[in-house]
Amino acid sequence: MSLLEIRDYRLAFDTFDGTVHVLDGIDLSLGAGETLGIVGETGCGKSVLARSLLRLNESPPARVVSGAILFEGEDVLALPEAAMRRLRGRRIAMVFQDPASYLNPLLAIGTQMEDAIRGQEAALGGAVRPRRAIRAQAAGLLASVGLAEPQRLLASHPHQLSGGMRQRVLIAMALAGGPALLVADEPTTALDVTVQAQVLALIAGLVAEKGLALMLISHDLGVVTASCARVAVMYAGTVVEEAPTASLLARPMHPYAQGLIVAVPDLDNPAHKPRGIPGSIPNLLTPPAGCRFHPRCDRASEICRSTKPALRALAPDHRVACHHAEAS
Amino acid sequence: MLVYLLRRIALAGLMLFGLVCLTFAIANLAPSDPAALAAGPDAGRSQIEQVRREYGLDRPLPEQFLRYVSDLVQGEFGRSVATGRSVGRDLARYFPATLELCLVAMAFGMVAGISLGMLSALFKDRWLDHVTRIFAVSGIALPPFWFGLLLQLGFAAWLGWLPTSGRIGVSTDPGDPITGLLLVDSLLRGNGPLFVQCLSYIALPALVLSLPCLASILRVNRSEMVEALRADYITAARAHGVSRWRLVTVHALKNAMLPTLAIIGLRWGWMMSSTVLVETVFDWPGIGLYAVSSAIAGDFKPVMGVTLIIGLNFMLVNLIVDLLYGVLDPRLRHA
Repeated sequence: MSLLEIRDYRLAFDTFDGTVHVLDGIDLSLGAGETLGIVGETGCGKSVLARSLLRLNESPPARVVSGAILFEGEDVLALPEAAMRRLRGRRIAMVFQDPASYLNPLLAIGTQMEDAIRGQEAALGGAVRPRRAIRAQAAGLLASVGLAEPQRLLASHPHQLSGGMRQRVLIAMALAGGPALLVADEPTTALDVTVQAQVLALIAGLVAEKGLALMLISHDLGVVTASCARVAVMYAGTVVEEAPTASLLARPMHPYAQGLIVAVPDLDNPAHKPRGIPGSIPNLLTPPAGCRFHPRCDRASEICRSTKPALRALAPDHRVACHHAEAS
Repeated sequence: MLVYLLRRIALAGLMLFGLVCLTFAIANLAPSDPAALAAGPDAGRSQIEQVRREYGLDRPLPEQFLRYVSDLVQGEFGRSVATGRSVGRDLARYFPATLELCLVAMAFGMVAGISLGMLSALFKDRWLDHVTRIFAVSGIALPPFWFGLLLQLGFAAWLGWLPTSGRIGVSTDPGDPITGLLLVDSLLRGNGPLFVQCLSYIALPALVLSLPCLASILRVNRSEMVEALRADYITAARAHGVSRWRLVTVHALKNAMLPTLAIIGLRWGWMMSSTVLVETVFDWPGIGLYAVSSAIAGDFKPVMGVTLIIGLNFMLVNLIVDLLYGVLDPRLRHA
């Protein structure tokens, strides 16, 4: 059984202008200790998908239309709030995009970590541990993500730390409950390039060391392919292709995935000119019928305009949602 | 932080000087002759002139101003021309009553305003939110004197639950003042029945005084809480498993309290000045009533004194608010 299994998950946002069909039938699974990257443009629904795992999308406006998210065999979408709190931080942990805005500016790092640890323990109904034990645990967590002087750090506030340090603090907080799955939502987007590499290496190291499953979300194909064994490409709320990283890079089969890969400049081969994908992402208030990519696809035909393509396995572990893709 | 503090204090000093100039100007622009008032209705021209000389009112304005300021520095507010009593001593007598009234009103306004604001934000766009918002708008819109009369009619005249006016029953002896705040004094003496009596007298005026303040604290706190609850750090704290109670009462509220504190500081000043109306309606023996009766008599020294005291209070409270900002916000503290 997989650790995480998302089955035909559909999510809509009810807004003043109408219903936005943000996620349209997501099927993905992730085994214990596996790493899955999710790439796609801004607005394709990847962050919303990540937040769904912990039920963090505010509802309303978010509304689950159908589907199930099974984590360790339980449907996250059907769990009562109390059971959900036992998952948050304890079984599924999350690292966010911009560490500056995801840490509370007014609370000391130590207080924020302490509250997280206490909240998780209270949800499990364990005995209340003395403050000193919790502070010691927090300091140990900070040290484990490579932060020096953890004791001093506990007393400091977010504005006194650099971006990279803040992200390390958030990673340490995510690890507090010893989760089985780490969801990293654009963990390096807001950081300097040199710090990006350090944070990615840290996440990769922790994942390997603790045997965590990782779901890494990014709009940056390079970030995802460097850290994940498998990659899913999302477009306008659907998964269009899912494959082992090497296989996807070597033989992308979906026209959108192909477009993404040629859009990356190749520094070793200056003759290769990066090419963009014509058109822009559709308005999900009125998504295109059939394949959501068809208005931008040069291979689109009648069937693409009427029927939504299902994810089909065209090679071992390589699934594509395109009417025209063929096994080579 | 120290620089921030010193700058605030210097600014307060400057404002205080401005206030002194203003009260002096107002008193001298007012169309009444204090010397004629002091000399009495039957006084002749020469007597009035004599009084004028006695009070130094025949001196040029700059000289009068200098004397006024140097008296103030020595804690001397001048003498009431109507009663001949020292304004400083009068203020010391009446101010505790006003302070007590304002403290009770502010405490109630803060507790009710902040908790209703929080609840309103938590149940945003649900019926509880709508009810508190209607309440908040009417709280700001109701004129205090009219609302005070209404309460007197309801709770005192019809229901007979609470006294109509005054600070304490005519036959009750409050004893010698310790702090001057009757509620505190009665507690210090362990006098339960007196405490309850004082509470019954202060309830209505404090409620009237607190309503606009409560309403504006509620409005600010609600919108700031709505904002804070939507913030990224709240999403992250939820994901990390922080309990809902901590999330709302510490993580979100602390952020929402910064703007709320600002409005509390402003409202303290407004509250002090609306005692002029509320104390008159409820016959509360504080500086508001003192200012009104003196102003009606054309006696300006007490009015100037009251204005100064209210202004000084307002500045002090805002200085405290500025300091609390530093306590709440580490970014200011470390700047």
